[in-house]
Amino acid sequence: MLAGSGGPTAVPIVEMSNISMTFPGVKALQQVAFRLFPGEVHALMGENGAGKSTLIKALTGVYAIDAGTIVKSGQEVRFHGPAQAQAAGIATVYQEVNLATNLTVAENIMLGREPRRLGLIDFRAMRKHTRSVLAALNLDIDPGSLLESHSIAIQQLVAIARAVDINAEVLVLDEPTSSLDAREVAELFTVIRKIRDSGVAVLFVSHFLDQVYEIADRLTVLRNGELVGEYLVGDLPRIALISKMIGKELAALTELKQGTRREAAERVAGKSFLTANGLGKAGSVYPCDVEIYPGEVVGLAGLLGSGRTELARLLYGADRNDSGTTTINGAPVKLRTPRVALDNKIAFASENRRAEGLIGDLTVRANIVLAMQSERGWLRQIPRKQQDELADKYIKALDIRPTNPEALVRNLSGGNQQKVLLARWLITEPNLLILDEPTRGIDVGAKAQIQKLVAALSDEGMSVVYISAELEEVLRLSHRIVIMRDRHKIAEVVNTGVTVNDIMETIAAEAGQPA
Amino acid sequence: MRKLASHRLVWPAGVLLALLVANFLWNRNFFNVTILNGNLFGAPIDILRRAAPVVLVALGMTLVIATRGIDLSVGAVAAISGSWASMYIINSGDRTSVKVVLTAVGVALLIALVAGAWNGFLVSVLGIQPIVATLVLMVAGRGLAQVITNEKILYPDNTPAYKLIGGGYWLAVPFSILLAGAIFGLTALLTRRTALGTLIEAVGVNPEASRLAGVRSRSITWIVYIFAGLCAGIAGLMLTSNSTSADPNSIGLFIELDAILAVVIGGTSLAGGRFSLAGTLIGAFIIETMDTFVVIAISARSTDVFKACVVIVVCLIQSPEARAWVATLFRGGKTRPPVVMAAVTTTAAPVSASAAELTDIAGRVSS
Repeated sequence: MLAGSGGPTAVPIVEMSNISMTFPGVKALQQVAFRLFPGEVHALMGENGAGKSTLIKALTGVYAIDAGTIVKSGQEVRFHGPAQAQAAGIATVYQEVNLATNLTVAENIMLGREPRRLGLIDFRAMRKHTRSVLAALNLDIDPGSLLESHSIAIQQLVAIARAVDINAEVLVLDEPTSSLDAREVAELFTVIRKIRDSGVAVLFVSHFLDQVYEIADRLTVLRNGELVGEYLVGDLPRIALISKMIGKELAALTELKQGTRREAAERVAGKSFLTANGLGKAGSVYPCDVEIYPGEVVGLAGLLGSGRTELARLLYGADRNDSGTTTINGAPVKLRTPRVALDNKIAFASENRRAEGLIGDLTVRANIVLAMQSERGWLRQIPRKQQDELADKYIKALDIRPTNPEALVRNLSGGNQQKVLLARWLITEPNLLILDEPTRGIDVGAKAQIQKLVAALSDEGMSVVYISAELEEVLRLSHRIVIMRDRHKIAEVVNTGVTVNDIMETIAAEAGQPA
Repeated sequence: MRKLASHRLVWPAGVLLALLVANFLWNRNFFNVTILNGNLFGAPIDILRRAAPVVLVALGMTLVIATRGIDLSVGAVAAISGSWASMYIINSGDRTSVKVVLTAVGVALLIALVAGAWNGFLVSVLGIQPIVATLVLMVAGRGLAQVITNEKILYPDNTPAYKLIGGGYWLAVPFSILLAGAIFGLTALLTRRTALGTLIEAVGVNPEASRLAGVRSRSITWIVYIFAGLCAGIAGLMLTSNSTSADPNSIGLFIELDAILAVVIGGTSLAGGRFSLAGTLIGAFIIETMDTFVVIAISARSTDVFKACVVIVVCLIQSPEARAWVATLFRGGKTRPPVVMAAVTTTAAPVSASAAELTDIAGRVSS
């Protein structure tokens, strides 16, 4: 498995040890160790919030570490800013290509290092040099063409060529394949292998398991900001990798009482609330069928990037579907906009609380009544007294702190912000509540409160679509589970006697084989 | 006391007060208001009257800016509406007819409304950046006004009913002040007694989150541009009816910059979000009071320098970072722990952003 002419030698090019990073209220990394050897492709694995990007940012100088040491080529280093890391031979290519798209390929590759003649830029030498750099990677790109005239894939390759040309010893690729198609990925991998064989250490981050198994030699798994372990890819079957990424549920979470729950099968009886046939959107989710019954919790299980969020967004009209039909209570409905969904008593709490949920500069009260207000239209303002009552009621019911309804919502902690969002949707009295990662990044206490609330709501007859990266959480709450992988719905199971293992096996099954 | 000092309108109000006091020290008769022919006269009344068009335009601008937008076309819209109304009255032949004036005003406002709707369409439906979208009408609008007036300067005087809007009196008070006051009150009522204000702020703070919360952000954006157009239209009527001449090239020239300045002095950030109508009002008064002071106390050549200085002072004292810095100077050096500084800067971010923008505009106005 350790392909490549160089192969890992005994001396790592980068060795990070005991790295700790703390952000206000969050321990992003705790005593994490990480090694990179020359001539290897090393995959960094973990779910959302595992600490992957924090670790990368610590390595590339974006963040200054709180504690721990970084040793590069045998010398301890401390980076203040990405420029220093780059000078030390650590180059990064981000998901979003950060080059100047309005300049030519040659100008981008030589940016800041332009060859000069008599004080002026020697464009001929620049193009000549660029041509040789690209040729060395077997890339056929015109150095004089504008970068923006190329696809994202080519732009990424140019960024990699630039990194190679500045003699990077470490190349960090953060989600390089997220917007590439299969052919482009293959081309990228050819280039990555070439670079690896020349002795560069490549750090590869991707949530596509197939790709990791194709390209990586070794991998390091993180979970909740802690190191799980470092493995040779050949030694770690997929199923083992997934279980290491997802892990065991925290013991502190209280078990929900099974007694109050009606049988899973009973909930699927009768008429469905929402039925979607062939619902899909090109480049987002492949067409699939979904049925949601009153009073049931449907879990969407799958890894990051599996299409679980995208499917939820289609159900809410946050993105517009381009195939399939939906009916609500038997009547056909086109879920074109969130507003239509809201009018049909569907609510959606995004996984991205800050960007897509909260209005940070408004008060807790204004945030809580926002959806109800927009449902009523701007002319009919909810009377201030009623607003105060609603805010107070939900601040009490969900234990939101601080209890001041006039506090600005951006100053609240993650868990409390999540509760404010929940309150916003609950006062609209939805029939279907879609929760995308409602417990991510919040403390254990708030997590348990939210899970209990979901169980109680479904017992009262509300349908819930529940997405979580933690499979145990999905299993504990859901009556039925829809399993997603690589933007396909691959299976649907009624939650009776299903184990985390069953779901992981389904997800881990080789693509192309029936699950 | 601390609560009072932390209110965001305290600083602009303080500057306005300081300017008034300076005026008074220069001219002890500054606050004298006399009654002449049954009407009020005096420097304060003059300031209010001259502020009226700027207040109107700035009201619309406040709401537009609150949605993260900007409207550069207001001056041009004022020119269109003012010159159309003048042209209609002159061509009608009967300058004493109230009906003619009402028609002129009605149609002019309709044109302003359409102009605002056009801006709103470009911004909310076509998704063009507000500064570019409104630049279109800013440039084209003056040309349109030229076409309307046949490239002539018009004299719509001797029209009592039209003169009333900008130069007349009602119940001893200049009618323009009453009109601007009434529209200010109406706007306050519309934004704070309905949910419009909150929804505008929500769209301005986080458009995507607002959309996902079901807010019809497109129609909200559209409404504020229409409103801004309408305000500019009324301002255009005021300006032409008061000046007794309608030169499409000079009606409301640079009024958009004064309006933006008034909004920002009043503490509304150009980054959008929370807005203050009262702040905008104070901002407009500061600008007009400053102009008066400039006229009586400072030579014409250095007026712009003085204006720029005042604007810089206003924005500096509104910036918590600058205040914290001054505070450390008085406390004897940088003894404050860096943590406290960090906390101050985080909470201060939006306000200081508006302060930075303010300096920027100050530069533009004085250039």
